[in-house]
Amino acid sequence: MKKLDRNQMAARVARDIPDGSVVNLGIGLPTLVGDHLPKGREIILHSENGVLGIGPRPAPGQEDEDLMNAGKEPVTLLTGGSYFHHADSFAMIRGRHLDFCVLGAFQVSVAGDLANWHTGGADAIPAVGGAMDLAVGAKKVLVMMEHLTKKGESKIVERCSYPLTGARCVNRIYTDLAVIDVKADGLHVIETVEGLSFEELQRLTGVPLKRLASAA
Amino acid sequence: MPQCSAIIRSLVIDKLFASAEAALADIPNGATVMIGGFGNAGMPAALIDALIAQGARDLTIVNNNAGNGDTGLAALLKAKRVKKILCSFPRQADSWHFDGLYRAGEIELELVPQGTLAERIRAAGAGIGGFYTPTAFGTRLAEGKESRRIGDRDYVLELPIHADYALIKADRADRWGNLTYRMTARNFAPIMASAAKCTVVQVRETVELGSLDPEAIVTPGIFVKRVVRIAAPLQKVA
Repeated sequence: MKKLDRNQMAARVARDIPDGSVVNLGIGLPTLVGDHLPKGREIILHSENGVLGIGPRPAPGQEDEDLMNAGKEPVTLLTGGSYFHHADSFAMIRGRHLDFCVLGAFQVSVAGDLANWHTGGADAIPAVGGAMDLAVGAKKVLVMMEHLTKKGESKIVERCSYPLTGARCVNRIYTDLAVIDVKADGLHVIETVEGLSFEELQRLTGVPLKRLASAA
Repeated sequence: MPQCSAIIRSLVIDKLFASAEAALADIPNGATVMIGGFGNAGMPAALIDALIAQGARDLTIVNNNAGNGDTGLAALLKAKRVKKILCSFPRQADSWHFDGLYRAGEIELELVPQGTLAERIRAAGAGIGGFYTPTAFGTRLAEGKESRRIGDRDYVLELPIHADYALIKADRADRWGNLTYRMTARNFAPIMASAAKCTVVQVRETVELGSLDPEAIVTPGIFVKRVVRIAAPLQKVA
């Protein structure tokens, strides 16, 4: 089987973002999606710290300390972009004005519960940022993560063992093995990577999956 | 808490202070202080340095993070002036001063989702007694809080965050305290300005009254008490 690498995963997510969408990309892996948005599509990227219309990374030497994304990386502003304060930024999020957000995850449950902010360990220092607002606020919540933990356990689970970010909030999961929709009647496999059968994906995942006619 | 006011010189409103030290001289021990900024963007570094030099202790700090590296808010934490911090994202690769205090039990943390943090600050400034938000419902950050079903959604009651002082950074100010910002350095500053009894602003440039375009003023001077000019280049390479 051909597992997707991080850039291939980002490109796969980017393919599903339609022209005209307003999108928030979470820090880390989801930020890569911005590099793979198809040229010619007009897509507006939002960042929690108060910017709409994020453009590509600045050229070396052109970075500006005052123009950052939520991951505190230097960015540029597209023509038509705008700045606003934090309460307005989260009004956009909570008020259901974003079409999509893309978030990383530790675990997603069969019901679409999301765990991505805290391992729950006694010594772990929690940090939540805007994840809980995005989880309840975006019209569609897309999760992007590796299918299995380093130990080979499925990150798609019956019930999240880590503390929740949001309950029943995930719409679609993109992993390095498959694309899976979270629906009221369970998990629907949209596609699997080349060389991976539905049966093998089912074996690796553990929780029940439904096969779409078009999936391998 | 001492009364916070601008210095009235010759019967005109003049909120300009000569130095950060003068503008922060009356911050008492135990004050709640909001500090603007998201990363380095909008961080009022000169005001934080002056607060460290000023020496107030047992502070409650409101910021999105809990300090980065060894300067700014991290240096205030390192100096053990902070008893409690309200923030959304304390843990970062370079938050070692917070991490050490937290693990040693020497600082109290109130972790607040970022949008809830912003709205609690906004609510304080707008005179709102609380609000119901869907954020965090069903998670451990909603434990012990009142919740309510409104329509077909579940919400959590959140209360305003008031402050004694807000230390923020803006780009330009006039002597009335009208402010403009630069790019994403705006972040928490406008809402913090409204939520504190005494808002102190570090600006790159002060200008004559009337030279800021009224259509472009983001924070009207009513929310600002003191302004300190700290000269800096317009663009600082990140």
